[in-house]
Amino acid sequence: MKSLHDDLHVTAPGPESCLRHSTSLPEAVGHWFMARGWQPRRHQLDTLAAMTQGHSCLVIAPTGGGKTMAGFLFSLADLASSGGSGLHTLYVAPLKALCVDMARNLGAVVDETGISARIETRTGDTPQACRRRQRSDPPDILLTTPESVALLASWPEAGHIFGHLRVVIVDEIHELAGTKRGDQLALALTRLSALSPGHRRIGLSATVAEPMKLRSYLDDGAGVMIIRADGGAFPDITIMEAGNRIPLAGHTARHAVPDIYRAIRDVGTALVFVNTRSQAERVFQDLWEINDDNLGIALHHGSLAREQRLKVESAMAEGSLRAVVATSTLDLGVDWGAVDLVVQIGAPKGVARMLQRIGRAGHRMDEPSRALLVPANRFELLECQAVLDAIGEGVLDGAPRERGGIDVLAQHVLATAASGPFDPDTLYRDVIKAPPYASLERGLFDRIVDYVATGGYALAAYERFRRLTACDDGTLRISNEATARRFRMNAGTIVEDARLKVRMRNGKVIGEVEEHFVLGLSVGETFAFAGDVWALVGIRQTDAIVTRARDRDPRVPVYGGGSFPPTTNVAGFLRKILAEPDRRAVLPDDVREWLDIQTKLSALPGVDDLLVETFPRAGKMFLVAFPFEGRPAHQTLGMLMTRRMERMGAGPLGFVANDYALAIWSLRRVLDIETLVDESLLLEDLDDWLAGSSLLKRSFRKVATVAGLIERQHPGYRKTGRQVTFSTDLIYDVLRRHEPDHVLLEAARKEAMDTLLETRRLEDMLVRVRGRILQRDLDTVSPLALPVMLEVGRQMVASSALDDLIDAFGGDP
Amino acid sequence: MIVNGTALQPDPTGVLHWAEARLIAVADLHLGKGKAFARHGSLLPPHDTNATIRRLAEAITRLEPECVVCLGDSFHDREAVSGLDQASLAALEDLARGRDWIWIAGNHDPAPPAMLSGRAMEAFTNGGLTFRHEPSCAMVAGEVSGHLHPSAVIAPKGTRIRRRCFASDGRRVILPAFGAYAGGLDVHERAFSGLFPAGFDVWLVGGREMRRIRGNRLVRPAWIES
Repeated sequence: MKSLHDDLHVTAPGPESCLRHSTSLPEAVGHWFMARGWQPRRHQLDTLAAMTQGHSCLVIAPTGGGKTMAGFLFSLADLASSGGSGLHTLYVAPLKALCVDMARNLGAVVDETGISARIETRTGDTPQACRRRQRSDPPDILLTTPESVALLASWPEAGHIFGHLRVVIVDEIHELAGTKRGDQLALALTRLSALSPGHRRIGLSATVAEPMKLRSYLDDGAGVMIIRADGGAFPDITIMEAGNRIPLAGHTARHAVPDIYRAIRDVGTALVFVNTRSQAERVFQDLWEINDDNLGIALHHGSLAREQRLKVESAMAEGSLRAVVATSTLDLGVDWGAVDLVVQIGAPKGVARMLQRIGRAGHRMDEPSRALLVPANRFELLECQAVLDAIGEGVLDGAPRERGGIDVLAQHVLATAASGPFDPDTLYRDVIKAPPYASLERGLFDRIVDYVATGGYALAAYERFRRLTACDDGTLRISNEATARRFRMNAGTIVEDARLKVRMRNGKVIGEVEEHFVLGLSVGETFAFAGDVWALVGIRQTDAIVTRARDRDPRVPVYGGGSFPPTTNVAGFLRKILAEPDRRAVLPDDVREWLDIQTKLSALPGVDDLLVETFPRAGKMFLVAFPFEGRPAHQTLGMLMTRRMERMGAGPLGFVANDYALAIWSLRRVLDIETLVDESLLLEDLDDWLAGSSLLKRSFRKVATVAGLIERQHPGYRKTGRQVTFSTDLIYDVLRRHEPDHVLLEAARKEAMDTLLETRRLEDMLVRVRGRILQRDLDTVSPLALPVMLEVGRQMVASSALDDLIDAFGGDP
Repeated sequence: MIVNGTALQPDPTGVLHWAEARLIAVADLHLGKGKAFARHGSLLPPHDTNATIRRLAEAITRLEPECVVCLGDSFHDREAVSGLDQASLAALEDLARGRDWIWIAGNHDPAPPAMLSGRAMEAFTNGGLTFRHEPSCAMVAGEVSGHLHPSAVIAPKGTRIRRRCFASDGRRVILPAFGAYAGGLDVHERAFSGLFPAGFDVWLVGGREMRRIRGNRLVRPAWIES
C-alpha cells in the first residue's frame, strides 16, 4: 500500500523537474491571475508545461487544490494563441453539476481575458435542437458526462465532431475508474484516440492510494506523467465524545444529536454527512426537534427535487445556512465556499471517502480541515478509530475492481456500429487498449459481437432479425436506422430502480422516491421524506400523491445502495484495534469496558484470526463469526455456510449479517468449525446456490438493460392503467433453463460475484484465517456478539424460503 | 374449487384440471412471443415457445386428460403460427394425438391455426361449464376464461410475494396465463371490476400445493384507485 504522506508531499522524480522554468502562463491568463492577486500554483504550471510538450498527465491534488484550472490552462493558452477549429477540448466529469459549475467558471475566465472560445455543456438537460447543432457545429470546449461522450461517438458524424480534438480532460477520475461508467468512458476514449490520434489526455484526481492504477486507466500507450500538488495542511479529525453512552446497535446516532446540535451552533457553517438517504431524513428530523435557536439547517440528497437541491446549494453558497445534512451527493466538486466543520455521522467506511468529505471543510489548502466523526454504535466507533489510525499511519485504501463489464462492451459494440461499419479485428485491437479490457480474450469478444448481432443463441432463430449485417469486405454494419435509434434511446450504464415523483395534491413536486418503497406502502400510511412527514393518498401514473401528515413514527424509505462495507484497509485496522491493547487506550471508557469483558468471557481475535463463538439460546444453537469483511461478504458467507451445515446435518434455521459479524442459528451444534469455513466453500457451493438466487436475477436485470437485451422503462410506462408486468425474471428463467452458457448469464454471474457477493474479498479472508480459527464454546451470548444478535429477526428472506412463507400464510387446502 | 356446482382442481402449474370429465383447460400460452419481440428489435431468448410447450407436456403426461381446451391467445400473433419451428409443431401434434384438442379463439389469435390438429371454436360448453377466452360482462354461471392474466400479492411476515393466480367466486373462474413470457395483472386492477360482485378467492400458482386464499387477505397495490 502507498503511504498517504508520500502522496501529499513527494513529487515523482522525472522530467517534470526540468519543466518548471520553461513555461509560463499565456499573457492574457497571467494578467487575469494577477488581477485577482493569485499566484499560479506549481502543479498548474507543471501541467501546462508537460502538455505543451505533448504529454498526457495525471494531476493529483487534494480538494481545493486548483487542479481543474491546471487541466484547462493548456487549452486556454492554445486557444488564445492559435484560435479554434472545431472541438478542441472535451471535459468529462461524473456529475452534470460539475459541468455546469465549470462552464460558469471558464466562461468568466474567457470573458475577462478576451480569449475567443465557445464553451458549452452537453448533458441530459441540453435541449434537442442544441444537441443537434452541437453535432454539426461543435463548440471549442465541450463539458459533458461519460454517457454523453459515448452517445456523441455513436453518430455517423463522430469523425467530424472529434477529428480536431486536442485535449480530453477527465475530472474526478478516481470516481470513475473501476465503475461501469468508467468502463464506458475508457471504451469511448479508445474511439476518440482512433478518431483524433495524438491528442492529450488529462486526468484530475483527488489523493488516491494507487495513482499508478489511475495512470494506466488514462494511458493510451504514449505514457502519462504524474503531477502532484504540494500537500495541504493535515486534517484535524476527532471522534465525538457524546454525553450519553454509545449504543450497541442501530444507525441513527440519536444519542449524539444534542452534541451534534451544539457543535453546529458553535461554528459558522457545517456540513453534516450521513451514509444513506434514510439516515439523512432521520437526522434532519431529530435536529429540528431540538432546534431551539432556529438555526438554518437544510437537507440535501439525491432524491429531492432539483429545484429544492439548487435552492439549498445557493443558500449555502450565500452563507445564509448554518448546516446542511447531506449524503454523498455533496461529496464531489461543486464549490461551496467556507465550511468550518464537517460532521460525519456513522462510520466513514473508507479512508479515501473520509478524506474527500473532510476536504469539503476549509477548502483552502493551507488551512487544516476540521472534522468530527459521530459513530452511531460501538462497532462504528471502532471503525472510526480504525480510519483515524489508517490516516495517522498514512495507509490509504486499495483500488477497486479492474475487469470491465461485458454488458458495457456490448453497448460499445452497438455504439460503434451505429456510427458506421466496423472491422471486428480492428475493433478488438482498439478495445483491448482500454485498460479495463486489456485482458479480454478474443473468444469472449466474438461472443459479445455475436450477441449484439443476433442475440447470441445456439439456435440460429433470429437470422432474419439481425442487428448487425456482414458486408463483403468483412466489416459489420448496423442493419437499419431503427436499431441505431433504439440504441440511443437505451444507452447508458446506470440502471436504477424505477422512481415515482412525490407530488402534493396541489401539484407541487417534492422529489422522487424508489417505486418499490411506495408500492410497499398502503394508502394512508405515513413516511418521512424531504424533511417532512407525508401520508400516501394514492399513486397516479408516475406520481405518488401525498399530503402533509403528523406522525411521530413515520416509515423511512430504505434506498437501494448508498451503504458501503468498510474497505479491506479499514477492516484491517479495526482488527488491529481488537488485537493490540495499546491501540485501545484512546477509546471511551464504556467501549473499553465492553472489550475487557469480552476478553474475560470469551476472547478478542488476533489480527489474522477468525473468532467463532457458539452458544445455546432459546432451544437453538447459535454460531457467531467475526470476519469484519462487510455485510455483502458476510451474507454470501452465511448462504454458503448454511448450505454446508445442511449437509453436515446441523439443521440450520437462518442467519443474519452486519458489517462486522455473522450469526447463524441451527437445531444442532456444528462440531467441526474448521471444515465449515474451508476455502472449498467458494468452489463447491457458490455456483449451485447462485443459479437459484434472486441476487442473480437482480444483476441479470441490470446487465440485460445495459447490454440492450431489453428496453429501459421510460417514465410514464404505467400510463395505460392495465399494466401486464413482463419482468426480466421470466426471461432469466427461460434463458437459464434452455441456454445456461449464454454470454449475458456469464455477465450477470460476474457482476453478482464482483459487486454483490464480494467473493474475492471472501476468498482472501478464508485463505487468511486458514488454521487460525479461534473457537469459543460459550454458555451464552458474548458482549461482542450482542450487536449482531440484536438484529436477529430483521434479516432478509432467502428466495428458497418463499414457498415456506406462502405455506405459512395459510389458506384452505 | 367448485364452479357452478362442478368440482375443479387448480394445478400448481397453472392448468385447470377437471378430473371427472378428464379435461384440462389452459389459458394464454402466447406461443411465439419471443420471436414477436425479436421482429421489433428486442432479441429475447427464443426458447419461450419451447419452454411453454414442454411445461404443458409435463402437465398432460401427469394428468392424462382426454380433452385439452386452450382458452385463446395461444399464439402471440398471426405470424406466430406460421413462424412455429418444426420441433414445436411436432411436439404440439404429439400432444394432440388421441385427444380432443380445442383451440378457443383469442384477441391475439382470432383465426384458428389451420395447420394444427384440433377443433377451432369461439366457445365450448360441457356440462355446467362454458369455456371462452374473455370473461363476459354479463354474469354467466360456469364460465371458464383467461385473457386477463390474473396475479395477486400476499404479505406473509412483512414481505411481499407476487404470483400468478386463479381467481374465482364459485360462479366463474379466470385462469392465470401459462406462457413463459406472459406477465401478470393484479386482480385489483380495473379490468377485473364487476366480474366478481360478491368477492372472490385466489389460488397462487408456482408453489408446492394449491390453497384457497380469500380476496380480502390480499395486498391491494397502492397504484390502484379504489
